[in-house]
Amino acid sequence: MKYLKFLFVGIVFGIVLVKSEAVSWYRIYEMFRFESIHMYGIIGTAVITGVILLLITKQKELKNINGNLMKVPPKDRGLTRYIIGGSIFGLGWALSGACPGPMYILVGTGVFSMLIVIAAAILGTFVYGLIKDKLPH
Amino acid sequence: MEYILEPWPWYVSGPLIALIMFILIYFGKTFGMSSNLRTLCAIGGAGKKAKFFDFDWRSQLWNLTVVAGAVIGGFIAHHFLSVPTDINLNPETIASLETLGFDNAGKNLLPAELFSWENVFTLKGMSILIAGGFLVGFGTRYAGGCTSGHAITGLSSLQLPSLVAVVGFFAGGLIMIHLLFPLIFD
Repeated sequence: MKYLKFLFVGIVFGIVLVKSEAVSWYRIYEMFRFESIHMYGIIGTAVITGVILLLITKQKELKNINGNLMKVPPKDRGLTRYIIGGSIFGLGWALSGACPGPMYILVGTGVFSMLIVIAAAILGTFVYGLIKDKLPH
Repeated sequence: MEYILEPWPWYVSGPLIALIMFILIYFGKTFGMSSNLRTLCAIGGAGKKAKFFDFDWRSQLWNLTVVAGAVIGGFIAHHFLSVPTDINLNPETIASLETLGFDNAGKNLLPAELFSWENVFTLKGMSILIAGGFLVGFGTRYAGGCTSGHAITGLSSLQLPSLVAVVGFFAGGLIMIHLLFPLIFD
């Protein structure tokens, strides 16, 4: 059962995001109004912890489960795609209050209307794939 | 147990999210939730329409398994690891939501004004959910990642493109909340 470990990681991820309230539409709204440290605290401590973990990984040349060096795939170079694509994502994130992780998790909490948001997100991804080559990157 | 049932403070949740990213990298993978949307397109046969979806989606089954786990995790957290608690929102946030027509802010995870079925099946309600989802799906693929791939993984690995993407996330979010919300929810 090589997939079991991924199922387990997903379960922990779902629990953490619900318990942290990061899946809450209200928390996202509050974040964009700069009225609470909550979301900034979550993202900030996640990044600080992540930076430390990845620096240690590099320093100690830690290996992954397959015996290769642990590393994060580098992002493609570019500027346009990140600023425009990022802004489009931000518009949707603030409106629906959910980024792609929380969308799925919220279905688990019983918010089945989120399936409409997920279907629309799949459609958005599909349309991007169709017109990708015409867009500046 | 009491501590588990209450909402978890941000300084506990943040490092746990970083650990999830770290474990996935240890498993030889990466932390990226939006990639699953592309995989779902590929499974649906989108590879016939665009090269972008013409890849072996079976190689991404591990990530769909993470999604399946996340749904289960959401179910477990909501039904077994939570007691009914209001979200501790800033009173100013609650007041501003009231002016936009959102009552009972923080009594649930999400506002009934957007996600209850009676509001979903109105032209406006349905349009909002579809527009929101579409923008997320389109934007995240255009930017090559979402909160997990850029804000958490990309910033943790000190990648400049991810910082630009996160600035974009916030630019879009601020425009939506401060400029467009007053027009959409008047």
